[in-house]
Amino acid sequence: MPPSKLAIAIHKLTSCSGCQLALLNQGIGLLDLLEQVEIKHFIEAGINHFTAEVDIAFVEGSVSTSEDLERVQHIRQRSKLVVSIGACATSGGIQALRNLSDENWLQAVYAKPEFVSSLQHSTGIAEHIKVDFELWGCPITVSQLNHFIQQLLLGSKPKPSGEKLCMDCKRQQQVCVLVTQQAPCLGPVVRTGCGAICPTFGRACYGCFGPSEQPNCDSLANRFAGLGLMPIEIAQRFAAIHSHSPPFKDQYQRWQTIHVREVE
Amino acid sequence: MTKHFFARQHLNQLFNVLMDSGYQVVGPTVKDGAIVFTELARVEQLPWGWQEVAKPGHYHLTPSRKNLCFAWNTGPQALKPWLFKPEQPLWQAEQTEQGLCFRQAPAKVTPIAVVGLRGCDLAALKLQDQHFIHGPYPDPYYQAQREQLFIIAVNCAQSAETCFCVSTGDGPAATHSFDLLLDELEDGYLIGVGSEQGQAVFQQLTLGQQATIDQLDIAQQQLADASQQQRHMPDEHSLLKLTENLEHPQWQDVADRCLACGNCTLVCPTCFCSKQESTSDIKLQQAEQVRLWDSCFSEQHGYIAGKLFRPEIRHRYRQWLLHKLANWQQQYGRSGCVGCGRCISWCPVGIDLVAEAQTLLEGSPHESAHR
Repeated sequence: MPPSKLAIAIHKLTSCSGCQLALLNQGIGLLDLLEQVEIKHFIEAGINHFTAEVDIAFVEGSVSTSEDLERVQHIRQRSKLVVSIGACATSGGIQALRNLSDENWLQAVYAKPEFVSSLQHSTGIAEHIKVDFELWGCPITVSQLNHFIQQLLLGSKPKPSGEKLCMDCKRQQQVCVLVTQQAPCLGPVVRTGCGAICPTFGRACYGCFGPSEQPNCDSLANRFAGLGLMPIEIAQRFAAIHSHSPPFKDQYQRWQTIHVREVE
Repeated sequence: MTKHFFARQHLNQLFNVLMDSGYQVVGPTVKDGAIVFTELARVEQLPWGWQEVAKPGHYHLTPSRKNLCFAWNTGPQALKPWLFKPEQPLWQAEQTEQGLCFRQAPAKVTPIAVVGLRGCDLAALKLQDQHFIHGPYPDPYYQAQREQLFIIAVNCAQSAETCFCVSTGDGPAATHSFDLLLDELEDGYLIGVGSEQGQAVFQQLTLGQQATIDQLDIAQQQLADASQQQRHMPDEHSLLKLTENLEHPQWQDVADRCLACGNCTLVCPTCFCSKQESTSDIKLQQAEQVRLWDSCFSEQHGYIAGKLFRPEIRHRYRQWLLHKLANWQQQYGRSGCVGCGRCISWCPVGIDLVAEAQTLLEGSPHESAHR
């Protein structure tokens, strides 16, 4: 008897929709994947059945509005496993930059701010519901998603990987941009998964895949200071895609309060 | 060893003879601001006129004399990735009508001739041979490539700031494991033979006279210059005492700086740790097991039987330093450090292995705690 297909749903909260493309972008692989899974809900692909009960709900996007919050709770109730995909769902995303500001940007940006209804903070979904697994990345990759599904299909417990980007970078024998160019590379504190794209092109990693296991951000930030970055530049380095994740947020807060005045 | 003069204009001939003998030539070139070992087609690709400035956490290239192509000491890697590959498939499995079928991944080997290896690289090779070939579980992939290896070593004529091979006894002269040996002079090379294979290549070269006393003196002087090094690793006997200082406060001091990124272990020419990962296609018809470079700085590397044995960075740094400098002595009969200094220059935060070892050996832990 062929094994029954896994029922999956792909949900979107506040996000750019890019992570959902990890499913759609695999071309012919999508047909192979569809032999193993049945997609119950996936609006980006035209399948709209929000209330379907599923084995796995993949959730893209952060909880940024009260509607997001309501929806993510419904998703939890109807899904055996909830898996967050991408930076927004895992740590609040770029839109979580607003969490760092006390200023009322709504007033400054919108003519009629009262029409905008969003929560004060943008957060990852694990702050609101139980999440069974997290796929980090901005965006996540096809192989990351498929590897996770394969492990479930094989009946093995998916293993989270927090390996540092440097490991992957060195396996590919890229020359370290931090050491040769004094570039403020986040690789030593960032989770691998992207294939070390930026260092491969001679650029410093800016942290799409979020904090790695045991990130020693204090030491790396001190090093950035030693390379000549101003405190505000160091703060901004950590406050980009995963600004709401605790190790990066701590560095932002540590460095943004240091004010430097020019010597007259 | 008898040495002959080999004029610079004939260097291309060495490449041609090697290629005609079926070797892929591998050697140093300038790439992304570093000396990188890669497949070479022509001598013009060698790093003519470049040398490195290496300091803790820092490496850049600076012009040297245009007529020299070996005026540097090290880059991030040399021989290790060619023998112990960063990513090595081990086996594949396939669903067939007869059931699951397993196949060992074949060793993909091409004969390679590596140009430009130094004394430290050869000492590291000897250690890796000991681990991968002469240990209880010989590695067929390493062994197959090792048997197809031709080595053209070079005596160092200078040392980088991070070099300390004199104190480990592994340089600056290359004294073993090579097929041919070069000293780089102003107008050419002194070339010596180290093996029968080396002799066969040597005989096909257009050589000058046997090296003159003056030329040998210059080569000797260059080695003497290279022996003037700024760092000195404590001797092996002293390094054994490191294991008595397991609670030294310096372990925490270094852990505060250490990123646990694994760069030191991955550029180290003697580190050999690996992990395995499985992948399969989404139809679950084919699977592959791959061996990847790993590091004792990775969290999962110390995950055994449901427990993280080295939960904190200080435990991992301690594991690395103690294993490399002290426990290797019991395991392989010598320290695992060959004095190349790569871990010092390629550490993003500039942690200096030699300085750490010296500090850990200074005074008793009790005294250091109150410094």
